[in-house]
Amino acid sequence: MNQAQIDERNEYLKSVKARMPRSNLPLDLLKAFIVGGLFCVLGQGLSDLGKTFLGLTGDNAAAFTSIAMIFIGATLTGLGVYDKIGTFAGAGSIVPITGFANSIVSPAMEFRREGLILGVGAKLFSVAGPVLVYGISLSVIVGLLALAFS
Amino acid sequence: MPASKRLGGQTLQFANPPKILASASIVGDVEGEGPLGQTFDIVLEDDLWGEDTWEKAECKMFEQAVRVALEKARLPVERLNMLLGGDLLNQTISANFAARALNVPFIGLYNACSTITEALMLASALIDGGFAENAACAASSHFSTAERQYRHPLELGAPRAPTSQRTVTGAGAFLLGYGESDQPSVSITMGTIGKVKDLGVTDSSNMGAAMAPAMAIIGA
Repeated sequence: MNQAQIDERNEYLKSVKARMPRSNLPLDLLKAFIVGGLFCVLGQGLSDLGKTFLGLTGDNAAAFTSIAMIFIGATLTGLGVYDKIGTFAGAGSIVPITGFANSIVSPAMEFRREGLILGVGAKLFSVAGPVLVYGISLSVIVGLLALAFS
Repeated sequence: MPASKRLGGQTLQFANPPKILASASIVGDVEGEGPLGQTFDIVLEDDLWGEDTWEKAECKMFEQAVRVALEKARLPVERLNMLLGGDLLNQTISANFAARALNVPFIGLYNACSTITEALMLASALIDGGFAENAACAASSHFSTAERQYRHPLELGAPRAPTSQRTVTGAGAFLLGYGESDQPSVSITMGTIGKVKDLGVTDSSNMGAAMAPAMAIIGA
């Protein structure tokens, strides 16, 4: 690329940036805060129910809450509701554990028609894959560091 | 031998411009609700159109669009000289399976959004050059097949960027030739071959900005 081409490119990218429609950040933050907060309230409610009625304590109550929330996220995805919540709430429904369930169930539904092995099996983690790869890798590194300094 | 039908640097000028004898369009329900809703030949109520996959539905739209255009011109499919067209999927699979069903000489094309204009220009050149009496040009896309191939699973709760576009569910076909046409028809007199213009837009949810330079910069 010569200088004229680089200038043309930079000028175009600048004009695209200036003209492109933007997200309404304060409104998006508010929606994400409210919906994400509601998911957290639901999780807290489930945790309290587990402690009060099922006699669960500590780690068991936390595991019960995670399992129940994943079930809710997966069910809402299967019913075709979760993508609508996601369109409205953005990170408010992506960040909670229900969003993780959605990222596994939605490719499973999408690729079911391509078969159980090459469809569901191969594509199940097409969205959640990076989270798993780097999440697990990082946990190994942190674990080794913890061992080294303990 | 000088290229007598070449004009300027990128343009073909046809000596005997072929006419658009008939055209047909089939779209999905969302497109049918749009401002052009009344003008489509078929508006699907269900974007699977009775098939088990969206890919098969897209293929059926492609085939039926060609058949409807031929019916309008009362041309039996056996008398169609050739079909040119494509779609957005890997190996232009919708167009190829439709061509298998239609069983006519087929030239598969891929040029993303400009596939149909590419088909019209090449078909016009073939007809003008005396290689065909008539030719059908068609292209298709389907929101759900394109989402699967290029973006996210449909049920993933990811918000769309304000600049993102929606891929049309639809197929269109034209029949070109020199015969009579019922309606006032359009002739294709020239075609300009575009150049690939990349001004560095890398945001896949801003296709408009990525594609605009190719439209705007002709000749440069």
